[in-house]
Amino acid sequence: MRHSTFFWFVLPTASAMVLFIAFPIFSVLVQSVHAPHPVVLVEVETCTPLVGCTVETTMDQDATKAIREAEPLGRFIGLEIFFDRGHLAVKEVREIIRNSNSFNEVFSKLSNLPFYRALAFTLTFTFIVTPFVIIFGFLIAITVNAISSHLKGLVIFFSLLPFVVTQLIGALVLFWMIDSRGILGSAVQWLASDPNLSLKASTGVMWVSLIIYGIWHAAPFAFVIFYAGLQTLPQDQIEAAKIDGASRYQQTKYIIIPHLFPLITFVALIQLMDNFRVFEPIVGFNASAHAQSLSWFIFNDLGGETRQLSSAAASSVLTIIGVSILLFPVLFRTWRDFRERT
Amino acid sequence: MIKKLFYSVVFGATLLFGIPVFAGCEISARVSVVGNEFPAIQTVGAGAQECTGAKVETNLTSEHQKINVPGMQGNPAEYTSAIIANSSIVALMNEDVIRPLDDLVAKYGKGLQKSQLIKIGDNIMAVAFMANAQHLMYRADVLKEIGVEPPKTYEDMLSAAKMIRDKGIMENPVGGAYAAGWNLAQEFNNMFLGYGGSHFKSGSAQPNINSEAGVNALNMMKALSEYMNPDFLTHDSNATNAEYRAGNIALLNMWGSRAASQTTAEGVIDAVKNNHSIAGPMTVGGGSTPASTLWWDGWTVAKNISDAEAEATFIAMMNAIHPDKMKDEKIRTQAVWLIDGYKPTDAAIGVFEAAKMSTTPYPMLPYMGLLHTALGNELADFMQGKESASQALSDVEAAYVAAAKEKGFIN
Repeated sequence: MRHSTFFWFVLPTASAMVLFIAFPIFSVLVQSVHAPHPVVLVEVETCTPLVGCTVETTMDQDATKAIREAEPLGRFIGLEIFFDRGHLAVKEVREIIRNSNSFNEVFSKLSNLPFYRALAFTLTFTFIVTPFVIIFGFLIAITVNAISSHLKGLVIFFSLLPFVVTQLIGALVLFWMIDSRGILGSAVQWLASDPNLSLKASTGVMWVSLIIYGIWHAAPFAFVIFYAGLQTLPQDQIEAAKIDGASRYQQTKYIIIPHLFPLITFVALIQLMDNFRVFEPIVGFNASAHAQSLSWFIFNDLGGETRQLSSAAASSVLTIIGVSILLFPVLFRTWRDFRERT
Repeated sequence: MIKKLFYSVVFGATLLFGIPVFAGCEISARVSVVGNEFPAIQTVGAGAQECTGAKVETNLTSEHQKINVPGMQGNPAEYTSAIIANSSIVALMNEDVIRPLDDLVAKYGKGLQKSQLIKIGDNIMAVAFMANAQHLMYRADVLKEIGVEPPKTYEDMLSAAKMIRDKGIMENPVGGAYAAGWNLAQEFNNMFLGYGGSHFKSGSAQPNINSEAGVNALNMMKALSEYMNPDFLTHDSNATNAEYRAGNIALLNMWGSRAASQTTAEGVIDAVKNNHSIAGPMTVGGGSTPASTLWWDGWTVAKNISDAEAEATFIAMMNAIHPDKMKDEKIRTQAVWLIDGYKPTDAAIGVFEAAKMSTTPYPMLPYMGLLHTALGNELADFMQGKESASQALSDVEAAYVAAAKEKGFIN
């Protein structure tokens, strides 16, 4: 292909990518290194019902507005927000390392800082959910592939349901079931004969619930991809293997899995990305006391009565960096395979 | 079609509840209201929609705080009015999206009581229509069974709870909206003020909660939580009330605006219907200031809209809080109205008692929202027994200082 042809061929895609991907990311970056101007405060008489008039602190609208209009972007603060306590907490981490005697102590003190606490949950979630989603997706796919064809449609429909149901709704359904007055919560209390047992009150159990939910929700996604892949299985190879006396296990190991491997990489990539940004289950499970993620921080920063745009922007940039680090090994491997082939 | 539907709904409502449709509310420009969704505010929203001549839209949702500022920052603003409380007006003023109402009050504000006008500095910024506070609600039959008076202090509440549990009446008799986040922080605010704390070092935005009052407040909350449903960190007001209506709890600190609907909601058991009682807020630690906060709810008018729209909004909202509405029995019980002609109902006792006991109003400070958010995020660790009270409070202060620095309240 000539260079000019190639150029005109990719121009629409490239410009859409610049417009809808590069620009927003760039604006988030800019936002994350700026913060609002200092606020001019004044004390004024404030009158409210049942209380009467008192002197209260409020913002001096005109003075603050003048400063804001002079520099609408805010003040440049560099990486200050990235390093503050709500994010990487550089100062606090340095102090913890200096004042701790053992690795365990460092670890337990780090978990008191929001970013590291969120990271601990997010990474645990990502690295447990992703492999299980792939394993379950694969098992469902080969099972469905083996059942008789007039049952298939129905089974596929039901297997897909968890993925079709909106994440938040699915999370809420499970959340109500594990409530201490819900069907699963009561069942566990009855089994353990302890009326005070609560699945929602323990951090460990909450993590397990979130992880089970994550697998339940995403396994159908892996299933659909793998099932599609199974339809392109080289039948002659399978037949040859059968003639050679290969067992079902051997067929799976030496023919099916290698055949599906590119799809496994694809599912792993998508799942690593998705799971690192875990958000809906935390909201749906009302789990913020036990588990938080970077995405939840962004939601929290923007949802309070006082919005923290710069902090949310910094969390977004950290999420992008985190996802890139996670994807790097998989992308690197793909790139190496590609080079070896050419 | 929609208009027809709307009229038939209004007409139907009139037949059903006997809400009089007030004549004479004619507006000539668009009105769009955003606000919270409890019964009293729904009444106000419906009242604004009675006006004819132009479209009146309402968006009443418990997520109103997330959408009111963005919805009023555009020019023209999507919402011409936001129904807010003393906590949430601060965010609107910080972003400068609401207009002073002095001229509109002078022109159309006939019938407003002076106490309804929220004055900040020289300007009227909002018109209040109801007062609110958290106070005690209890099951009279359960307290009678253990032979104690309704608790006046949180210490009494604890000992009553112990008796109820020991007698085997209820396993977890105490309820509270302790859901991690806004609710948990609000319960801390109550208790902290009850112990005589003040949130900020005087005259500055520096936090002042890591103190004896703060530690005491947390310890009392922890002690109460021992008598709560073990899922308490996920229970907001709605979930707590559901527990109460189902007869699972006997004592709770709850919003006055929910008092009337405790017995009228769906699925309330008879024991609750017949024995639901309310009283004033409780004190704690021998203090005289109740461990509660005083609130008002009111409406504002957006800045970034035409004067015609502002006028129409003001007229429609005035219609929504017209003194004639106080003749309606059902509306009267929904809240402690600040409207002329309101005669308190039994459901109002708690809030009036709170006012009489000079309960501290919720702090209307530009940086209070940040502290509230920090409290909501950091206190759950303590409630789960993962860290000490003073550690939790110093975490809150550190989280707040980081946020306040970013927003330019602290240098």
